[in-house]
Amino acid sequence: MVIDSEEAQELSKVLELLQWVADIGVKSVCLYDPEGVLKNNKEPIMQRFSSANLSEEAAVNGRLVTRRNLTLEFVSFEDGKEAVAKAANYLFVKHYANGTKEKSDFTEPQMAEALGAIGSGGAEPDLLLIYGPTRCHLGFPAWRLRYTEIVHMGPLKSMSYGSLVKAIFKYTMVHQNYETTDALVAVPSCGQKFEISFHSGISYQIKLQVCIGSFRV
Amino acid sequence: MTKKIGDQAGKMFEYFGSFLRKCIFSVLSVGPVPDHIAFIMDGNRRYAKKRNLLDGAGHRSGYLALMNMLKYCYELGVKYATIYAFSIDNFRRRPEEVQSTMQLILEKIEDLIKEESMVNQYGVRIYFLGSLKLLSKPVRLAAERAMVATSGNSKSVLSICLAYTSSDEILHAVQECCGEKWDEGSALESKGAGNGLVFLKGNENGKIKPSIVVKDLEKHMYAAVAPDPDIIIRTSGETRLSNFLLWQSANCLLYAPPILWPEIGLWHLIWAVLDFQRNFSYLKEKTKLS
Repeated sequence: MVIDSEEAQELSKVLELLQWVADIGVKSVCLYDPEGVLKNNKEPIMQRFSSANLSEEAAVNGRLVTRRNLTLEFVSFEDGKEAVAKAANYLFVKHYANGTKEKSDFTEPQMAEALGAIGSGGAEPDLLLIYGPTRCHLGFPAWRLRYTEIVHMGPLKSMSYGSLVKAIFKYTMVHQNYETTDALVAVPSCGQKFEISFHSGISYQIKLQVCIGSFRV
Repeated sequence: MTKKIGDQAGKMFEYFGSFLRKCIFSVLSVGPVPDHIAFIMDGNRRYAKKRNLLDGAGHRSGYLALMNMLKYCYELGVKYATIYAFSIDNFRRRPEEVQSTMQLILEKIEDLIKEESMVNQYGVRIYFLGSLKLLSKPVRLAAERAMVATSGNSKSVLSICLAYTSSDEILHAVQECCGEKWDEGSALESKGAGNGLVFLKGNENGKIKPSIVVKDLEKHMYAAVAPDPDIIIRTSGETRLSNFLLWQSANCLLYAPPILWPEIGLWHLIWAVLDFQRNFSYLKEKTKLS
């Protein structure tokens, strides 16, 4: 979720949004902020979700924190293009440093491994919610955006629980059209399966990772 | 006689339409005009199904829609246009569908480089972006011919993404950068400079100073022939970028009208440009910050 710069300073709004997302049953949330404002303010966010535990991956660079039911990931612009540059250097050292030029081209798994090694790995979100004045992903890591559904939610100040649920519901309809349950199981995602029920009585099992972004002008 | 009157009526209608467009574009041009618009042409097959057309007819209708959209863009003053013609993922479709799509692409590339085509009328230089080695020889050669034939054009640019994905583009850029650094290091070594050895094999601490930076990667991106897009338009209401221009779309307006690609028209372009103008200062600020 991309949040407008001024509104991003309203941490209370961000916390409320995160609470809604957790209440819906989402297991994993990626907080994206181009300048790392949320990354720098993760303490108050973690205090709010008080049973937070640092996961093993967080030990790599302090990005990932796991609560009893909710995993929070803090990502910023440097985890995008800059991270790919670092991964390129990692690959260079790994494959060229022995003094011989390797003939085979790099593969996507090698790139993913390199990004993980430098601390900017992470699964591709299934759903990216943008809270801001315009539908623009503001530099969310390109490597993790390939097939992500991108939904513009409007400004954070006018966020509503209903529109959040509607966005998630619409996402499940897209998945219903194009993927089988088996495919859902096979898709790698850091979100876990959860079930949500609506007033219609129809329930859906989906994997969801919601990304929140904010920025400062 | 009736045919002659019909032809004349058609021409008059065309002139009137062109005049009306000029008026609308003059008004639009009072505000900022996007420099680069990219299109994900989604919905050709669904269009064919909806209209009970034969296989492939949807893509042909899509081609006509594309020519119109490009014409409108260049008339408005949009210098760069990029289209997502065929993704690497599309090779996974049924072989007969891939074959017929490639046949259509070949046919349309040949049409584009004809003297009387829209490309020459608007001075468009064509680039093909992607892993062209994945294409069959006839298509690859046609693409190369089109790039050579239009190399003298300089008014506008059309980038056609063929056998393209962003992840492949990023990998390719990383590969090229590594190869370049290797060549630089080898050259230093052959001159007898110690730096080359240190660069390649590590210094006393066993760490090699990283030297590939974002600028190096961007130089080697397929899409480096154009600036970053200002607007990406994806039709059929789908909200994914589907591995298209992910690196270049950080501060780009994403517009997803719920119509199928062959149904796209002038008003959708006008709407997208108005939306861009409304958000121009905001997007410009974001670009400066990044």
